[in-house]
Amino acid sequence: MSLRIVVAVKYVPDATGDRHFADDLTTDREAVDGLLSELDEYAVEQALQIADAADDAEITVLTVGPEDAKDAVRKALSMGADKGVHVEDDALHGSDVIGTSLVLAKAIEHIGYDLVVTGMASTDGTMGVLPALLAERLGIPQVTLLSEVAVADGTVTGRRDGDAASEQLEAALPALVSVTDQSGEARYPSFKGIMAAKKKPVESLDLSDLGIDAAEVGLAGAWTAVQDAAKRPERTAGTIVKDEGEGGKQLAAYLAEQKFI
Amino acid sequence: MAEVLVLVDHVDGAVRKPTLELLTLARRIGDPVAVHLGPGADTAAPVLAEHGAVKVLTADAPEFADYLVVPKVDALQAAAAAVSPAAVLVASSAEGKEVAARLALRLGSGIITDAVDVTAGDEGPVATQSVFAAAFTTRSRVSRGIPVITVKPNSAPVEAAPAAGTVEPLEVSFGELATGTKVVSRTPRQSTGRPELTEAAIVVSGGRGVNGAENFSIIEELADSLGAAVGASRAAVDAGWYPHSNQVGQTGKSVSPQLYIANGISGAIQHRAGMQTSKTIVAVNKDAEAPIFDLADYGVVGDLFQVVPQLTAEVKARKG
Ligand SMILES: Cc1cc2nc3c(=O)[nH]c(=O)nc-3n(C[C@H](O)[C@H](O)[C@H](O)COP(=O)(O)OP(=O)(O)OC[C@H]3O[C@@H](n4cnc5c(N)ncnc54)[C@H](O)[C@@H]3O)c2cc1C
Ligand SMILES: Cc1cc2nc3c(=O)[nH]c(=O)nc-3n(C[C@H](O)[C@H](O)[C@H](O)COP(=O)(O)OP(=O)(O)OC[C@H]3O[C@@H](n4cnc5c(N)ncnc54)[C@H](O)[C@@H]3O)c2cc1C
Repeated sequence: MSLRIVVAVKYVPDATGDRHFADDLTTDREAVDGLLSELDEYAVEQALQIADAADDAEITVLTVGPEDAKDAVRKALSMGADKGVHVEDDALHGSDVIGTSLVLAKAIEHIGYDLVVTGMASTDGTMGVLPALLAERLGIPQVTLLSEVAVADGTVTGRRDGDAASEQLEAALPALVSVTDQSGEARYPSFKGIMAAKKKPVESLDLSDLGIDAAEVGLAGAWTAVQDAAKRPERTAGTIVKDEGEGGKQLAAYLAEQKFI
Repeated sequence: MAEVLVLVDHVDGAVRKPTLELLTLARRIGDPVAVHLGPGADTAAPVLAEHGAVKVLTADAPEFADYLVVPKVDALQAAAAAVSPAAVLVASSAEGKEVAARLALRLGSGIITDAVDVTAGDEGPVATQSVFAAAFTTRSRVSRGIPVITVKPNSAPVEAAPAAGTVEPLEVSFGELATGTKVVSRTPRQSTGRPELTEAAIVVSGGRGVNGAENFSIIEELADSLGAAVGASRAAVDAGWYPHSNQVGQTGKSVSPQLYIANGISGAIQHRAGMQTSKTIVAVNKDAEAPIFDLADYGVVGDLFQVVPQLTAEVKARKG
């Protein structure tokens, strides 16, 4: 039987752009160009490798986000995923992580899955908790933050390099996996891949398709509230000296003056 | 006064510093109740009491070590049911965040991650976050349920505040999901004898400019002269010069020490995301245009192979 893989990818504002907040304290997605979160490329890559190793597999790329988020789906399709699902609804604007996880979980159930693959964290919200929330909502094992992953005989195995130890993990399918940027470089889409992606199907869904009440998501349905956002004051210009042979000593003098020595 | 649950991060009963910081923050909101899971509660309890825990709830079972994340969620959920807390505070480690998120969902609560400060507010605790690679500071609160907040290391001082610390066993029954992900084997990270990167008061980091694994000894010697932890940029880690566990930045550790010394690091946004909240930033780089100098309180434009050894020698000399 075919291994059904769903990869969740996020469309994010470019981290090297001037990211800021809109008046309603949500992320301003107009001001900065968006792209497929670089960390989710690793998820797509591992999904492709798992699919290659399986007899028969199908990869669906899933994103929840505004209209432009389709670009993230296209990019993943051009890397080699088979089809896409884009959940878009005006009511989603300003969703917090609890709301987003509800929508993703419903969409994953709608698609049908044996394995869910996600990135380690988005490059904008950077919470790194959506994978755990999805596993909780779907009632499946979480095999997260893997720097190495394999699927065989209905079992996921992987290595999690934690703070205190490196752990070898194992769980039965269906399961959720998240992979880190240590899992292996993501491939670049080939020209052929980019052309092929244009013909791959992308299904568009809204909240009613997923049976979700609009009041459960968005800014109004959020269980967290941002009170204010302030630009961090620019760091005051420091003292920069050019090393003329005494740079190390000058630096030591500064550290002593600051009481670090 | 309302009770505030604090999940204890420890190694066999040795309480890690971020937990003591959580106790400081918890005391601003209410009476801290520590939840100690796994072995070593006897060792941990007096330390937790010394730092303000009015109660220490303890549970030990093989599940905590043998399965990933979920057993701890089951236990924390049981603790929340037992004390009806005003908030739950967890350290922002990879595991801590995952435990906190699943707990929040079960409690029907919102979650805030990676807070750098927590204060009491009229409508519940207010959490400060440093976002978009520390370009912005936001203040948020949980508007539904029991606030679940994860806090980054070095966000609050460790304070002695002796309290009763009454030890009480916590009854935990594990759900079906608890045994979903088995930890087949565990290889503890080898201790370097240096301070923990995220907890250190001083961090000395090296980047691509260090130019080779063997040259990292220059960075280590400076670190050791200052009693500092060693960090590395992703470029240095990807090149195989230093372990990934020492990477500072978006996909590595986030550090907030009193002093951060960047050597041969350009200061890319993803690196800054992990160190920009450091109190004092010092940079050594041969390129006067390197963006790291925009952040630096003190910078030396020069060759790190000249500057760093001279600095190390001078530090040693001054320390006698
Ligand atoms: C600066 C900032 C701070 C925030 N802080 C909070 C907070 O404290 N509490 C809170 O509840 N919300 C917060 N939010 C909102 C939250 O980021 C969003 O709701 C987001 O959709 C989920 O969190 P994340 O991006 O951090 O995901 P992460 O948990 O970091 O994402 C992990 C993985 O989940 C998948 N994924 C994430 N989002 C999507 C998506 N939209 N579509 C498909 N796959 C996805 C990807 O595979 C990704 O790699 C914050 C947002 C921002 C911009
Ligand atoms: C999704 C994503 C996540 C990332 N996460 C991280 C992360 O967690 N951490 C991280 O660090 N990066 C991360 N990066 C990579 C980041 O973008 C940069 O590529 C990286 O930080 C560069 O490392 P560097 O400063 O050491 O190297 P470079 O940018 O190459 O800079 C080297 C510097 O050393 C200086 N130099 C060279 N020789 C000498 C000398 N002899 N003496 C003094 N100075 C010298 C040069 O002038 C230069 O400024 C991430 C990137 C992406 C896309």
